[in-house]
Amino acid sequence: MQRILLALLMLFVVSGSSRTTLAQQPTAKQIEAGAALYRKVGCFQCHVNEGQGGANGPRLGPNPIPLPRFIQYVRKPAGDMPPYSAKVLSERELGDIYAFLQTRKAPPPVNTIPQLAP
Amino acid sequence: MTQAAEATPPADVQVLADNERCGSDYMVDVIKSLGFEYVCANPGSSFRGLHESVINYGGNTAPELITCCHEESSVAMAHAYFKAEGKPLAVMAHGTVGLQHAAMAIYNAWCDRVPVYVLLGNHLDASERRAAEWYHGVQDAAAMVRDYVKWDDTPHSLAHFGESAVRAYKIAMTPPMAPVVITLDGGLQEHPVSRDHRLAVPRLTLASPPQGDSAAVDELARMLVAAESPLLVADRLARTPNGVTLLVELAEALQAGVIDQGSRMNFPSRHPLNQTQRGAAAVGDADVIVGLEVSDFWSTVNGLRDQLHRSTRRVARPTAKLITVTTGDLYIRSNYQDFRRMQEVDLAIAADGEATLPSLIEAVKRLTTGDRTRVFQERGARLTEASRAAAERARVAASYAWEASPVSTARLCAELWTQIKNEDWSLVSSYYSPDVGGWARRLWDFSRPYQWLGHAGGGGIGYGAPASVGGALANKKHGRLSVAIQTDGDLMYAPGVLWTAAHHTIPLLSVMHNNRGYHMEAMHVQRMCSARDRGIDRGYLGSELSSPNIDYARLAQSMGVYAEGPIENPNDLAPALRRALAVVKKGEPALVDVVTQVR
Ligand code: HEC
Repeated sequence: MQRILLALLMLFVVSGSSRTTLAQQPTAKQIEAGAALYRKVGCFQCHVNEGQGGANGPRLGPNPIPLPRFIQYVRKPAGDMPPYSAKVLSERELGDIYAFLQTRKAPPPVNTIPQLAP
Repeated sequence: MTQAAEATPPADVQVLADNERCGSDYMVDVIKSLGFEYVCANPGSSFRGLHESVINYGGNTAPELITCCHEESSVAMAHAYFKAEGKPLAVMAHGTVGLQHAAMAIYNAWCDRVPVYVLLGNHLDASERRAAEWYHGVQDAAAMVRDYVKWDDTPHSLAHFGESAVRAYKIAMTPPMAPVVITLDGGLQEHPVSRDHRLAVPRLTLASPPQGDSAAVDELARMLVAAESPLLVADRLARTPNGVTLLVELAEALQAGVIDQGSRMNFPSRHPLNQTQRGAAAVGDADVIVGLEVSDFWSTVNGLRDQLHRSTRRVARPTAKLITVTTGDLYIRSNYQDFRRMQEVDLAIAADGEATLPSLIEAVKRLTTGDRTRVFQERGARLTEASRAAAERARVAASYAWEASPVSTARLCAELWTQIKNEDWSLVSSYYSPDVGGWARRLWDFSRPYQWLGHAGGGGIGYGAPASVGGALANKKHGRLSVAIQTDGDLMYAPGVLWTAAHHTIPLLSVMHNNRGYHMEAMHVQRMCSARDRGIDRGYLGSELSSPNIDYARLAQSMGVYAEGPIENPNDLAPALRRALAVVKKGEPALVDVVTQVR
């Protein structure tokens, strides 16, 4: 029972922080921790170093899908992506990864990049 | 050697008499008649007789000997050379240790249905073997690769060699093409034969490839003309430059979408009917799907979910009519499983795809009425818009992480494209999987047959570097600018091929996609970590190529190749590429080491 209460509390904290802190301004500490985790648990292998996506996974950032859906997807992917259980990646850690992805630099307008001229 | 001969004291004269020639000179006569431009080899005593005949009797031209540092390099060079030039190269190797090195590359060529002409040296006569010839001797040299060559023989006489050498060439070049092996006895190469012993060189007549049965081709044309959303999927279709022209003609006659799976350059990347970039959607939309020399038709119309419990589902519409045109139905082997999963189809035409296209085009045009033409035009307009939107999405996707360091693979490809797009270029590197995120194929304008040379075939890593040098060798005489996007893990198999490029002044720009690891494999291990739920953070162990980092510029420089790098700042890339291109345009190889994002 205590465990369930704790889990509920955690959920509240994480989703709460997503709405308040994360949605507005992730802290530098969160971004830094998220960057390290994003590498450490291998998200970068498929979604590439800056979350820009590639042949093995879609783009995740900036503007990732809302945090609750993000967490739900990582726990129970619908397609080929391997699942990450709470045992190997906590919701707080996923929140940090989310913060890292949220704050990736938006690209310059494509038409201003001569190397990408059609 | 007979007992009597063994007992005979050696002749005084130990050089060829005026009325004698050696067997390997005749072998060169035959090899020359087949039109080989080069023979790639790492030197080996079991074919020293032929080696000497190639350089002295043959004058080291047609074929010219290319010095390789590994037999895997020799074969992979020949593999890609064929795809650029449409002609096979010969390879010489020891029947034992040389073939053992060459085996993986032969397997790649076999899976890719590419002819490579392998000549093995071996000393059959035990009574004559020198010491080394014992462990370089084997009863049946080709046995080791017999599962993945189309034909092999061990001639017992020079006349037998002549027939088998010409037969092997013909078999290798008849679709479905594949490598062949001829084992050359050391005695046959080295023993003198009388000049009076007249040895004719058999005439080569290549077989014309099999065309589809006319009734089946008509039926296919009817299905295509009646279809609302036909889709042409091409993989190993274009055997010759004309294959591209024919596929364009068929697609335009029908205003049908095309997916180019890329084992060959089949279809211009920016043709409005090219739907490759939206392949999954195109397959899902189609009511008739035609696989033209598709090596894995099952995976074209189905998907496999790579989870702990694997599952499959059809991605094509359940009612879609499926048709295959392939020489795959004419040739299958048991042991190696490159034939892929069995796909139920509605019509199977056992024939060469390219050879069948003219009659298919003719039948489609004959059956097309005015009503259908209007439907086709509307469809063409829709597909044109869909491919335009997909290309636009690719450009936008490439702009993400544009300024990032390490350099994004999209940026690498875009910078390289900017430097070469006004040249007569050829991308000679190619990979098993879309290592560089498929960015070159997404962003560049591939329109000429030699601009894309397909994949390794069997997924054997180590193919990329020698294949690039082999493709560049083919491009050299045409004055084309050869460029390679060279992965680090692949180069580390046999980097000596860079020396081969320098030694033979083969112009080639290699741009390293140096992500300091075997990241595809790291991804697989991490997938296992996830499935077993015991932490992912050690998943990189065993797949990294760092600590220490490898300095590819110095590696290349040590072999006489101009090189720069490592480059980490994307803004340093363009000037480095320009400097390296200046070297390549002078006719030499150059390498730029770029530290990149993972994929
Ligand atoms: C082995 C490759 C792989 C790894 C590792 C991986 N992903 Fe994915 N991910 C995918 C693929 C592929 C998809 C697309 C859907 C699918 O096939 O599951 C995806 C989809 C997603 C989505 C859904 C995106 C959307 O727009 O709907 C999210 C969120 C996501 N991944 C997050 C992560 C995070 C966070 C990590 C690391 C903890 C991670 N992924 C690791 C391959 C991977």
